[in-house]
Amino acid sequence: MTATAAPPAKPTPSPATRAVSHLFKARETAIVIALLLVVIAATLRNPNFLFSADGFRDLLLTPSLLLLVAVGQAIVIFTRNIDLSVGSVLGLTAYLTGRLFIDVPGIPIIAVFLAGIIIGGMLGLVNGALIALAKVPALVITLGTLYIYRGVNVAWAGSDRINASDLPAAFRGLGTGQILYIPILTIVAVVVLVIAAWVLRNLRSGREFYAIGSDPAAAHLYGLPVTRRIITAFVVSGALSGFAGVLYAARYGTVSSAAGTGWEFQAIGAAVIGGVAISGGVGTVWGAAIGAYLLLTINRALPILGIQDFWQRAVLGALIIGAIVLDRVLALRQSRKLLEIREEGR
Amino acid sequence: MPVEIAASPPAPPALELSKVVKSFGAVVALRSGTITLEQGSIHALIGENGAGKSTLVKIIAGLYRRDAGSFRLRGEEVDFHTTAQSKAAGIAVIYQEPTLFPDLSVTENIFMGRQPTNRFGRIDRKAMRAEATEIFARLGVSMDPDRITEGLSIADQQIIEIAKAISLDARVLIMDEPTAALSGVEVERLFAVARSLRDEGRALMFISHRFDEVFALCDTVTVMRDGSYIATESIAETSVDELVRQMVGRDVAELFPKLPAEVGDDVLVVEGLTRTGVFHDIGFTVRAGEIVGLAGLVGAGRSEVARAIFGVDPYESGSVRLGGRALPKGNPRVAMARGLALVPEDRRKQGLVLDESVSRNVTLAIRDSLATAGLLTNRAENAAAAVWASRLEVKTAALDAEAGTLSGGNQQKLVLGKWLATRPKVLIVDEPTRGIDVGTKAEVHRLLSELAQQGMAILMISSELPEVLGMADRVLVMREGYLTGEFPRAEATPEAVMFAATAEKEDAK
Repeated sequence: MTATAAPPAKPTPSPATRAVSHLFKARETAIVIALLLVVIAATLRNPNFLFSADGFRDLLLTPSLLLLVAVGQAIVIFTRNIDLSVGSVLGLTAYLTGRLFIDVPGIPIIAVFLAGIIIGGMLGLVNGALIALAKVPALVITLGTLYIYRGVNVAWAGSDRINASDLPAAFRGLGTGQILYIPILTIVAVVVLVIAAWVLRNLRSGREFYAIGSDPAAAHLYGLPVTRRIITAFVVSGALSGFAGVLYAARYGTVSSAAGTGWEFQAIGAAVIGGVAISGGVGTVWGAAIGAYLLLTINRALPILGIQDFWQRAVLGALIIGAIVLDRVLALRQSRKLLEIREEGR
Repeated sequence: MPVEIAASPPAPPALELSKVVKSFGAVVALRSGTITLEQGSIHALIGENGAGKSTLVKIIAGLYRRDAGSFRLRGEEVDFHTTAQSKAAGIAVIYQEPTLFPDLSVTENIFMGRQPTNRFGRIDRKAMRAEATEIFARLGVSMDPDRITEGLSIADQQIIEIAKAISLDARVLIMDEPTAALSGVEVERLFAVARSLRDEGRALMFISHRFDEVFALCDTVTVMRDGSYIATESIAETSVDELVRQMVGRDVAELFPKLPAEVGDDVLVVEGLTRTGVFHDIGFTVRAGEIVGLAGLVGAGRSEVARAIFGVDPYESGSVRLGGRALPKGNPRVAMARGLALVPEDRRKQGLVLDESVSRNVTLAIRDSLATAGLLTNRAENAAAAVWASRLEVKTAALDAEAGTLSGGNQQKLVLGKWLATRPKVLIVDEPTRGIDVGTKAEVHRLLSELAQQGMAILMISSELPEVLGMADRVLVMREGYLTGEFPRAEATPEAVMFAATAEKEDAK
């Protein structure tokens, strides 16, 4: 066709695009840089933070469990939902792990992992089904299940707790073992992260999580399986929390009925710091994973840097608010830039 | 199969609607929808607001089901229950405001849910991007397939919708007022795309209020009025004058009893009111005892001007003077105190508290003056409400019935009552009779007329031409954010007003 007669509305569309893609790259680079700065600062103060066997191991190990939970949380947030029950799911499955080893002597370790993942997934299914089918906001449903799941845990455990001596040595070895100086837990978490990132990027279902969160109404118009995807997101979040629960038992050995309390907020915080938009449709699981590392590494670095206990929490809060403000400022600047380009083209 | 099309041409029409009827309860939205879209041709559908165009489109899109009449696609009778069925049958509808995923790339928006994949279900990004690039090249538009759609102009978003339609290989494309939000260059580009689609043998339907566009783009035109088919003409054999006559062709009945009123001083003076992208340099005056009609098409910016005057919406420059004193911008409280009242377009959302009682609603704007020492009693509310309810003849079971239980017409009276209770000097009414029955409509008109007679200055926004022409002493016309015409009652003919509301300014001279 001779439609080239119509000049393009925008004379130079590519700078805008480049700016946009650059922005996304910059978002994850920024947290990596922040993470490095924290590590460097803490190491300068106390070289053991990085250069001791324990220091290096802790650096990698401590955030690994949160990483799993944060990846699940991020997938839920992509769909413009939220999962507040993850901490309770983690606590419940961690206790379940201990009980299985105590009550079923000789149970294969793999069976315990499967049990944790499946129970976690089923608890997630309850969330997802209530939200997607009954059309009740996720905030309300998962706030309810946060208390219900925790209540079940407390009723079941009472004042009882699982001790390291209850668990087989091979199982506990998973929690502390290393392969080539890299903790096994970290390897497991990274494998899960890579799989999740691959699915979210390369499969139709993965892209649909983003689409649903970006504009739910449009998702319906496109004929996407919205209900099924939202349920899937919650099942994945629950299953990953259940998986993390089993690993929690392996890592710490002691599990009380309070295990995992407050993890939901750390997971959401990690996702938000990592650039996952709370309004859905934007972000990567990589960002959430790095966010988990930054959050917990700062947590460990602050005492070394001589910051008082009271201020440590405030710093974390400031980090989360700062991340959101940064995202908002960048988004505003971006939309203004895009608008300017558009007006020039008029 | 009916035999009446025995002499069917070799290629059956791409889409054929005949005497399609659709009603909602007692309201008949479409009396007789008839249109035939030929392959490789662009067909315009024109008509006033409320002529039934949208209903017709929604039936084709599968959003509504017809009550009667026939709907054929390439000669086959069809009946769509869902939009998915319509889509699967090769129909694509491009709305004025496209619905896209703002955070995802242009390419993903085109292919979401049906991305090309390899054997293992992995999305083939290369193939997807190549196909998007190819479609844009075929359309002759430059569009970066990798950028996110957030911040794209409406024009570019429509191009993405069209690209989606092409990737689905839609044979019938319906564009519902696609040019309403586009600039001149963008319209040109859209037309180039539409022509290339026509040349590929697709059937296009183009809904527009702009005659110059209809004449520039289309091959055939169908006129609708009051839910009925009026005529189908070849573009080559018709004229703007003829189309306008067919569109408005009805008598401005004396349904609208405008009483003569003494016109007094300027009460509301608006000068140079501007809000970029919404309305520009709007200036007019309304005098005491005068009803000024503000006509134009939906989306011309009339309600926005009213809201800006009242202070609900901001404006950048210009001034509003009420009774000789400047009205501060963005302050509806002061506007109310000085005697300005705004009866909004959407009475259910903006005019009433539906869960509250009739009397609470009527007294909502005068609560402060009704209260004794800051306390409001039911008795005071009911007494004040009773006055207005009886004066406006609101039909309600009781004053403490919920406002939501009233009929549309009575709700409208309630909103009017609420504002009249503030004893305003200037009353702005936005679409005062939309969606209410004929009898109540006449009552509302009589009431407005009486108020003007008592010296109130009234600005009446209305999309119904007969209403404006019947009621107004003076008619202002807006088109796309600009004031494009002002006619004294004697000169306000349907043709003149319609022309000012639709035609390009360059042509208006």
